[in-house]
Amino acid sequence: MKVTIERSTFLKALGHVQSVVERRNTIPILSNVLLHGEGSVLSLTATDLDIEISEQVPADIEKKGAITVNALTLYEIVKKLPDGAQIRLDLGSADRLKLSAGRSEFSLAVLPDKDFPSLSSEDDGVRFTMPCDDMKRLIDKTRFAMSQDETRYYLNGVYLHATDEDGGSLRAVATDGHRLARLDAGLPKGAENIPGVIVPRKAVGELRRLIEDADELIDVSVSAAKIRFTFADIIFTSKLIDGSFPEYSRVIPQGNDRIMRVDTEDFEHAVDRVSTVSADKTRSVKLSLEKDRLKLVVNNPETGSAHEELSVDYKDEAMEIGFNARYLLDIAKEIEGDKLTLVLADASSPTIIRDDEDLHALYVLMPLRV
Amino acid sequence: MPQNETKTAKNGWICRHCFQFGAISGKSSLRRCPDCGDSRVLVHPEILDLSIAHVDCDAFFAAVEKRDRPELAEKPVIVGGGRRGVVTAACYIARTYGVRSAMPMFKALKACPDAVVIAPSRDKYSQASRLVREEMAQLTPLVQPLSIDEAFLDLTGTEKLHKAPPAIALARLAARIEARIGITVSIGLSHNKFLAKLASDLDKPRGFAVIGRAETKSRLAEMSVRAVWGVGPRFGEQLARDGFARIADIQNVDIKEMASRYGENGLRLWQLAHGIDARPVRTDEAAKSLSAETTFHEDIKDREELEQILWELSEKVSRRMKLKNITGRVVTLTLKTASFKRLSKRLTLPEPSNMAHRLFETGAALLREIIPQNPSVTAYRLIGIGYGDLCEAQSDPQGALFASPDDRLDRREEALDLLREKFGPDAIGTGRNFDKKRSRKKAHTPKNR
Repeated sequence: MKVTIERSTFLKALGHVQSVVERRNTIPILSNVLLHGEGSVLSLTATDLDIEISEQVPADIEKKGAITVNALTLYEIVKKLPDGAQIRLDLGSADRLKLSAGRSEFSLAVLPDKDFPSLSSEDDGVRFTMPCDDMKRLIDKTRFAMSQDETRYYLNGVYLHATDEDGGSLRAVATDGHRLARLDAGLPKGAENIPGVIVPRKAVGELRRLIEDADELIDVSVSAAKIRFTFADIIFTSKLIDGSFPEYSRVIPQGNDRIMRVDTEDFEHAVDRVSTVSADKTRSVKLSLEKDRLKLVVNNPETGSAHEELSVDYKDEAMEIGFNARYLLDIAKEIEGDKLTLVLADASSPTIIRDDEDLHALYVLMPLRV
Repeated sequence: MPQNETKTAKNGWICRHCFQFGAISGKSSLRRCPDCGDSRVLVHPEILDLSIAHVDCDAFFAAVEKRDRPELAEKPVIVGGGRRGVVTAACYIARTYGVRSAMPMFKALKACPDAVVIAPSRDKYSQASRLVREEMAQLTPLVQPLSIDEAFLDLTGTEKLHKAPPAIALARLAARIEARIGITVSIGLSHNKFLAKLASDLDKPRGFAVIGRAETKSRLAEMSVRAVWGVGPRFGEQLARDGFARIADIQNVDIKEMASRYGENGLRLWQLAHGIDARPVRTDEAAKSLSAETTFHEDIKDREELEQILWELSEKVSRRMKLKNITGRVVTLTLKTASFKRLSKRLTLPEPSNMAHRLFETGAALLREIIPQNPSVTAYRLIGIGYGDLCEAQSDPQGALFASPDDRLDRREEALDLLREKFGPDAIGTGRNFDKKRSRKKAHTPKNR
């Protein structure tokens, strides 16, 4: 293999793929990136056996070939080379890859490309195309609610499925058992028949990072065990969580009838302020509701107490309810509209939070005993 | 200590019979109490000043048995048993034949064929132990139990309360324990925990020994390094090979040498060899783990049989945790092979628990890791399970949107516990409790730790 590639192109692609590489690996080749040069394209692939990221970049291929080298080392080298440099990769002998740029020259240890594991899917299942922005929203509005608890592995991801509500939607749901986030996007053509799949937490994070700059369309293909996203010059494949997502619709309350509307920003800031004194573990904050008035109260015997009043839109019976302030803030941060609405029942039942300007987003929060 | 050197030499005395005390000139001695004439009088230059004590019950289990069966008073008594049990405790008469605790029973009986062997009744000992602790608590709030039959007491600053120096309060304690609980204790009095514990061993049984500040170094010098807490047979051997057979050998070298030879251990050893021990008497040293284990009559290879025993142990541990209202985050499973090799595996739970089903399920999963194929190739003689990383139980104020399967099992167990509380411990159980075929083969010498 003999390849010449522009430094910034190479760096960007390496930056994309190398982040999936686990820093500590028991299988040596998983620390490596697979480089494959053919035609006028160099493709870079990295994997942790659960996720595979592959990116294609234009390059001058003098002699086609493929090899694997340590991803982090290569990334660090390319990062330190001067901007605008032309990088030459030359696999002369079988056991070293020569990398040269200007007066710098490196000789890197390699492992054979044929030993590099591939995640490529068996049959592709359902395919559809959707706007990148929809995918960003599906992730952004739900990912904070994913569970970290490894024993409830089936909650360690975002559940994607199609629903025929609202004339058909592609729906993302995440929950950790204390709160739930649900977002609907327009149902892309061809997505009607996708099975409900759980995209694992790491894949959600990696995918979100990669589509940050992408603004066109994203191709999605879902099979029984894998999901694949194709966008820009990247192919992103991830295994799915093999488990069944709970019947989440049952925990979305239907009968809540007490409604409070509040300015999103005021609410977020007030909760943030008073929760400064709340106990580290529970972050408990009490909401005291009266006619058109909300009082936020924190009482922590160890650090002190705080309260703050907000004027809100509330016409129902006075009530008190406690929440984990962090959970409230996580949700408030995702609300884009000027106003948010709390739909309440009582101090021990789940509460719905909605974005007044985005009815496609829905949040459910379980109260905290105070 | 300089204080003692500058003062004109004076001796303190206490009478362990009438609890009088006083001072006499350093040269004279007392053979009898000047007040009551009893011979149980103790003279020591620092006896009226020292306040850290170690109180140790004499041959505790055997003493409790003798108390309950006075006809055994003059006979050698061994507590222990089971078909391949070991000696749990031996009375002082049995000890004169060479019987020691932890000795295999057949050996003990060979040494002392006339011994009366009594199977241990833990409940009785716990009850006696509790009474002893209650007596101790009358003296000072600073009681640090070390095991069922011994404790450290810090009596510093209690003189006004007792209107007597700590030594007298302790002598009264010993007498009260004898009178009210019917067993004897030995007392060690010194200026730190290490020396107090050494002292309580010097005058056993029914003894009272004092190690003062001035004599600390010389008293230690003659002792073997094995007397130091934390020096086991192996480390002891190594020390002896390196020329540190007696504590004096350590006193004679520089602290740096000990540190460079044995690291952290060396430092500690050097300090203890000089009688320096800064550990305070602490009451809050809560148990770090709670477990139960059992040795089988016959070695077991069948995993299901082990699981059955594991379930019983899990319930037992869980019951005790619930009584104390504590939870644990770590589950530890222990096995001992027929060839006495000890294996253990641990797992950290996502949230602390004291439930029997969680303990059992986690333990059983660990057991399947040790014995992937049933029956096991290796035979086992002991199994144990317990919760570690303990903390006070507190319910999570955060409500849950939906219950996990484990949560539902928790509710079930809570319901069973309520029924047991109302109708007795055997009123209800899970299917496993009624697997008689297996539970009959069950283990025999349970040990709680």
